[in-house]
Amino acid sequence: MGFFTDTSVCIGCKACEVACKEWNGVPGSGLDLLGMSYDNTGALTANSWRHVAFIEQPRPSGHGSAPFTGTPTGGTASAASATVAAGTTGPTGTQPGLPPGSPPAAARMSVGDQDGAGVSVGDHGGATGGPVDVLGAPFAAGPAGGSAAGASNAAGRGTADAPPATGRAAGPEFLGMPGAQPPGRGTGAEGRTDFRWLMMSDVCKHCTHAACLDVCPTGSLFRTEFGTVVVQEDICNGCGYCISACPYGVIDQRRGDGRAWKCTLCYDRLGAGMTPACAQACPTESIQYGPLDELRERAAVRVATLHGRGVSEARLYGHDPNDGVGGDGAFFLLLDEPEVYGLPPDPVVTTRDLPAMWKRAGLAALAMAAATVVAFAGRSS
Amino acid sequence: MRVPEAEFTSYYGRPILKPPVWKWDIAAYLFTGGLAAGSSLLAAGGQVTGRPALRRAGRVTALAAVSASAVFLIRDLGRPERFHHMLRVAKPTSPMSVGTWILTAFGPAAGVAAIAEGAGLLPRRGLLGLVGRALPPAGHAAGLVAAATAPALATYTGVLLADTAVPSWHEAYPELPVVFAGSALASGAGVGLLAAPPAEAGPARRMAVAGAALELYGAHRVETRLGLLSEPYRQGRPGRLLRAGRLLTAAGVTGAVLGRRSRAVGALSGAALLAASVVTRFGIFYGGVVSARDPRYTVVPQRERVNARRTRTDLPAD
Ligand code: SF4
Ligand code: SF4
Repeated sequence: MGFFTDTSVCIGCKACEVACKEWNGVPGSGLDLLGMSYDNTGALTANSWRHVAFIEQPRPSGHGSAPFTGTPTGGTASAASATVAAGTTGPTGTQPGLPPGSPPAAARMSVGDQDGAGVSVGDHGGATGGPVDVLGAPFAAGPAGGSAAGASNAAGRGTADAPPATGRAAGPEFLGMPGAQPPGRGTGAEGRTDFRWLMMSDVCKHCTHAACLDVCPTGSLFRTEFGTVVVQEDICNGCGYCISACPYGVIDQRRGDGRAWKCTLCYDRLGAGMTPACAQACPTESIQYGPLDELRERAAVRVATLHGRGVSEARLYGHDPNDGVGGDGAFFLLLDEPEVYGLPPDPVVTTRDLPAMWKRAGLAALAMAAATVVAFAGRSS
Repeated sequence: MRVPEAEFTSYYGRPILKPPVWKWDIAAYLFTGGLAAGSSLLAAGGQVTGRPALRRAGRVTALAAVSASAVFLIRDLGRPERFHHMLRVAKPTSPMSVGTWILTAFGPAAGVAAIAEGAGLLPRRGLLGLVGRALPPAGHAAGLVAAATAPALATYTGVLLADTAVPSWHEAYPELPVVFAGSALASGAGVGLLAAPPAEAGPARRMAVAGAALELYGAHRVETRLGLLSEPYRQGRPGRLLRAGRLLTAAGVTGAVLGRRSRAVGALSGAALLAASVVTRFGIFYGGVVSARDPRYTVVPQRERVNARRTRTDLPAD
């Protein structure tokens, strides 16, 4: 059993996050705006078992399709806001929780590419010849642009409406919240950026070959009868090995409590024949729960439909049982490359190389023993 | 010349992996574990070849180091009082589980061997006298058991780090056990050089040379073989630590070879080798932490892998 999360119908309502917290009694993780669009959770942590990611991109959905050729796109959603956002953290009550990112990297990424190639993050500017923010104003030239980024993070918090482009100098800093105005009003149609939001409700992947489970030295992590991966709270001693082993950066330690926590795919609900809380709460059926085979079929149909409609970016992630982790119990339909959503492009279960590792360790151990014997076999003092 | 910055995408530049929650005490554990292994090998050699100074120093150091190891290991648990849960299972897929069992075999043996060194302090008559006479052979046997498990104790830590998603640790899996084996030998030799008079220190000097060779070779490979993933080992704090380790190792081994007549030079070389082992472990440890913190080290190599696969599968179709 598993999840299929179809991000193309996600509306970012966060019902899944809330339902998960409520049902599983997950502690609060503060209330904060991180400057990452509407994302106030930041990452999957011990206290957030579902995480809705918000990506602002200077491209219309279905960018590759004919109706959009010639549409003035490009430029950046807001390199300045991405820079600020990368450096923000909120108290999550967990460890390592939500470590800050790299601001220069974030700024580079938010510079749009026009060919829609997805991964390419070349620093060629948009239609206007340079990086522009969501309202089409060149951010670098603006008086309160990138240079002031980071300084007034607090001041910008909570301003959901972006001030008009012309008033940016005096107003609070724009952190990438959606504006009240349609794109292009401040700049005219030529200079407008046409951007899309990507939203994705992320979760533990319940890998078929789960690194966390393999490395746990206490046997606290186990595979359930539903094929999912669950931590036994009363066994975990907080060694943290699973945290470094997970190739998706999912599992996390709770501060004070010391144990590792993550999504259980609502083990208790499954046992009672119910649907996981997040899937139950999702109003758009972006999160679907069911037998994996059935979900994979449904997903393939959905991708074909989207491709037929010209959304050539649609792709599945984690659906392939032959990938580096043996396929995910929770897989996704994405509208861009995985790394755009903060997912690893080619995750591999860490224990895949383990036999080779033990072999190398054995050889090194033999070398050590031999060196000692030789050292003492010599005649001289 | 600097390589151009590798371009990559990540969600607001945030790390994809969770950086290790392990603190400095795990790096310290890597050192004390290696030191315990190296010095128990030194002790066994001294015991078999009749070099009492090497034997005594090695046994005492091994016990002290393995005790410190246990403290560091337990201290780093989120729930230290649940340490015994490690003994619930034996899992070859979990290097930490394997390591716990190695420690469980090594620790008591090292303990008995070290306690046996105290036999001479007991009175000759009575019950204690009996104990005093039984101790040396018991210590002998225990010393050999400890030495037999020592190479595993020193090298499993390489697998412990490599069997994670941390990019610069994982990719370095062929080298990490070599570095740690060399470092363990060198630190054991350091103990010998510090404790033994020059007349007895010959084997320690040879151990130092072998250990230094392995350590330097392994560290060099780690710093150069991994492409982008070698970068964390060359820059910043890990880079400084590993460079310092290299200098200290070189100094220590030179002193050990050239200063073979002088007690003082020998002791200084021994200290340098011990210090080298400490900084090398910390360098390797923090190099991995850096690679997990920066999404570049996760995304770029994986993206290259995906692209390579794509072009491979595309070609026949063309
Ligand atoms: S390895 Fe990570 S993603 Fe996979 S089951 Fe474990 S915690 Fe979830
Ligand atoms: S932190 Fe807990 S669940 Fe994770 S590996 Fe250690 S004992 Fe297992």
